[in-house]
Amino acid sequence: MTHISVKVDGTTYEDDVEPRLLLAHYLRDRLGLTGTPIGCDTSNCGACTVDLDGATVKSCSVLAVQADGCEVTTIQGLARDGEWTALQRAFHEKHGLQCGYCTPGMIMAARDLLRENPHPSPDEVRKALEGNLCRCTGYQNIVRAVLAASGQQDASGHQVSEGVTA
Amino acid sequence: MTDQAVEGEVGRSRLRKEDARLITGQTNWTDNIQVAGLLHLAVLRSPMAHARITRVDVSPALERPGVVAAFSGADLAEGLGSLPCAWPVTEDIVQPDHPPIAVEEVRYAGDPVAVVVARDRYAAADALEAIEVDYDPLPPVLDLEAALAQDAPLVHADKGTNRCYTWPLATGESFDAVRERAEVTLKRRYHQQRLIPNAMEPRAVVVTPLAASGEYTVYSATQIPHILRIMLATVTGIPEHKLRVIAPDVGGGFGSKLQVYGEEVLALAVARRLGRPVKWTESRSEGYLATHHGRGMIQDIEIAATREGRLLGLKVDLLADMGAYLMLVTPGIPILGAFMYPAIYKMDAYAFTCTGVFTTRTPTDAYRGAGRPEATFAIERTMDELAVELGLDPVEVRRRNWIRHEEFPYTTVAGLTYDSGNYEAATEKALALFGYDDLRAEQRRRNERGDTVRLGIGVSTFTEMCGLAPSRVLRDLRYGAGGWEAASIRMLPTGKVEVVTGTSPHGQSHETCWSQIAADVLGVPFDDIEVVHGDTKAAPQGMDTYGSRSLAVGGEAVHRAATTVVEKARRVAAHLLEASEQDLDFRDGVFSVKGSPEARKTIQEIAFETFTNHDLPDGVEPTINAEHVVDPENFSYPHGTHLCAVEVDTETGKTTIRSYVSVDDVGRVVNPMIVEGQVHGGLAQGIAQALYEEAVYDAEGNLVSGTMADYLVPSAADLPEFTTDRTETPAASNALGVKGVGEAGTIASTPAVVNAVVDALRPLGVRDVRMPCSPHRVWQAIQEARSGGAPAAGGTGGTGPAQSGQSGQAAQSGELGQYGQPGEEGPA
Repeated sequence: MTHISVKVDGTTYEDDVEPRLLLAHYLRDRLGLTGTPIGCDTSNCGACTVDLDGATVKSCSVLAVQADGCEVTTIQGLARDGEWTALQRAFHEKHGLQCGYCTPGMIMAARDLLRENPHPSPDEVRKALEGNLCRCTGYQNIVRAVLAASGQQDASGHQVSEGVTA
Repeated sequence: MTDQAVEGEVGRSRLRKEDARLITGQTNWTDNIQVAGLLHLAVLRSPMAHARITRVDVSPALERPGVVAAFSGADLAEGLGSLPCAWPVTEDIVQPDHPPIAVEEVRYAGDPVAVVVARDRYAAADALEAIEVDYDPLPPVLDLEAALAQDAPLVHADKGTNRCYTWPLATGESFDAVRERAEVTLKRRYHQQRLIPNAMEPRAVVVTPLAASGEYTVYSATQIPHILRIMLATVTGIPEHKLRVIAPDVGGGFGSKLQVYGEEVLALAVARRLGRPVKWTESRSEGYLATHHGRGMIQDIEIAATREGRLLGLKVDLLADMGAYLMLVTPGIPILGAFMYPAIYKMDAYAFTCTGVFTTRTPTDAYRGAGRPEATFAIERTMDELAVELGLDPVEVRRRNWIRHEEFPYTTVAGLTYDSGNYEAATEKALALFGYDDLRAEQRRRNERGDTVRLGIGVSTFTEMCGLAPSRVLRDLRYGAGGWEAASIRMLPTGKVEVVTGTSPHGQSHETCWSQIAADVLGVPFDDIEVVHGDTKAAPQGMDTYGSRSLAVGGEAVHRAATTVVEKARRVAAHLLEASEQDLDFRDGVFSVKGSPEARKTIQEIAFETFTNHDLPDGVEPTINAEHVVDPENFSYPHGTHLCAVEVDTETGKTTIRSYVSVDDVGRVVNPMIVEGQVHGGLAQGIAQALYEEAVYDAEGNLVSGTMADYLVPSAADLPEFTTDRTETPAASNALGVKGVGEAGTIASTPAVVNAVVDALRPLGVRDVRMPCSPHRVWQAIQEARSGGAPAAGGTGGTGPAQSGQSGQAAQSGELGQYGQPGEEGPA
């Protein structure tokens, strides 16, 4: 067992964990933070994406011990005082989710994109999200949601012209 | 997106009630469930496709830390029945036993052989390694045609054959007769590759027992809590009334969770034996072996037509891969397609047979569209071939054959009565949105100058039978249950409303849409309505969600139940307002007396009056709650026209979708935003079959595309922006006028894309490319055509599945064509 100290969504947790324990399982099974789901075992689907010290990681591909001394932000830590972030609002308003299983990972990955590229083109959004799989939406409304969250959209709320910023 | 022009709730793009919990992580997936003393179940699976089990020793696993119990198949067999098949399509169908865990023989790689129960999931997985199993290998059975030979090795030796059933249908004139008078006949063979459904949430089940009273609660990531409850009772012998099944938040299904799985039975059996709560969650790779697959067919198609392009007859012969066992509706999947091969076309003769074949692969069953995408693919590919044969535009050959809008209701050659539709309108709209004529002109120019990147244009129309289904039709098809759906409305004393539905959503937005339907009828605010579903205690009656049935059957039940609430409330209102029922108006949730609008009662006030029961008329039951069970009188028939333009790089074989237009007619629309989303998702899955996905097996029957790294579920970077639109021809078979939309996009898109790929390459001599049209297959088809090689089908040599340069996911090459030997499917 290895002792770790991890700050998750603003709360610091001290735990003894097996060195092989995945961060995803630590969050879900030990901390009960089940907002971060697991969708595969080969790090392809991205459902378990979280923020680790400002970097976006797939929490199924990180050991809990690697998060020792780090700060983790999950989907459950985004809203402040019940107020959703722009991305969360945009996913809701643009119907960017159906079953919702991929949504936490999508939002966390999109958050990372918008941090680095606040006004991405539709193509840039698609490429940035290629590590996150969705089986329900065909991605179209996810792309719309990310563009809307970045302040880009035309009057119809559907088509977004490249490079236009709000 | 809210459409302010719409007056009521129905027709409005209401944002979803479901979203709040899903975008904040406050979800209740089955794997989230934690209860005191929870044990974790892990399943040891056969590494071989076919073998006799000679020894299983689970005792070493018991020595491992944290292990509570371990069982072999033999340990668990007693008291467990066979997993159910509810659709024995013929009287003489061969129906093998399907133990939830193998006892004597394994018949596909992934067949369960032993289980471990431990304190946490890591300990359980570790202990699997300690179990000792000896196998005597048996020959795998993989080729559908070879499997039917006299001396073929058998999947189920006791049955004496790999033939599961042969199901014939012959309607109209004899096909042989129309072939005689036909001026043109075409024969084609198409391959429906196996697909892995890939709902994003892996399957999971949690069972909490109450040993003292013999009661069990089963939480499962399922589409069918109601059916599952009945089947678990049958398989385990636990009385039905002692079982409660809950489908919590369920992360997609696409048919893969329309099933009664061995693991659900095993978790229940182990929880019963240990008296402890048990959880099993599949890993994705485990699911690739253990969750049923879809498609898997060889289709032989023959059409007879006149020189003018009028269809005279159609003959279809299918070989359908059942896999190793018959699961819930395995044999019926091709039969759901049987009636759809004639599609939207008029003809005089139709002959169909389907032979189900056992193989040593994961069982097949429903996958989005279930039989209807396969049918649509075959007929729409063949219509393109007919167009080429006759020198007609592919749209024109369809136009010459389709049912005209004034001909509805129309009884097809297959015997279905299509209630409504307008193929002309949908097609005209699609052609305009697509810029069809301009694209054809560009294509001609590029072909003339010999572009290395070719433009291809694919056309597909479709209709489907959905809204499953009229129970008497199901009886005639030998389906084991009815097709009704239930809904009840509870008017609560405080004026709030509960809509209880027998449908079981897993992404389809029933909470939002059923609220819209009820809000319109009852005149209560959308936000005052809660939809209750997916729990056999809270929503006790239901037939669940699959086959695009929920709105057309379940939504209709909500509509009727709400209508009855208003009727019952009217009687109370008349009494309270001292007027006759006929003198009452009901509008926006308010009863008022005609001519004196100040005399009014809201339906929500009437709910309270019935709660107190202080002043109800004599003989009136103190409730305005209502319940309805709807059994539809007909299927519903959505339709549409899809157009796809692709750019095919003839040097690399890579296909890129340049534009995609779909115009679907799903009848009246409750929520346009949600309908559009359903179409998008359907398109993605249909395109994925055309270009990317395939479950590949090697010559020993191992699943080679066994992880998400090897099976290409497309990402956002692999798919285009779609242009989707609708026409709206109300269904005649339900009061709402709705048709169902869950499967529509999947059905039409696969042939649209493949038709486009072949259209791009036809000037190079290519006549077919086997799905998925990966760069490798496309390139190979071009090389073969250039060398004048006989097989133009692109199915020769390795059947390497799709690769995507963009997604970074690379699939391994398989060594054997799944459905028939490589290279045999030359042009007819």
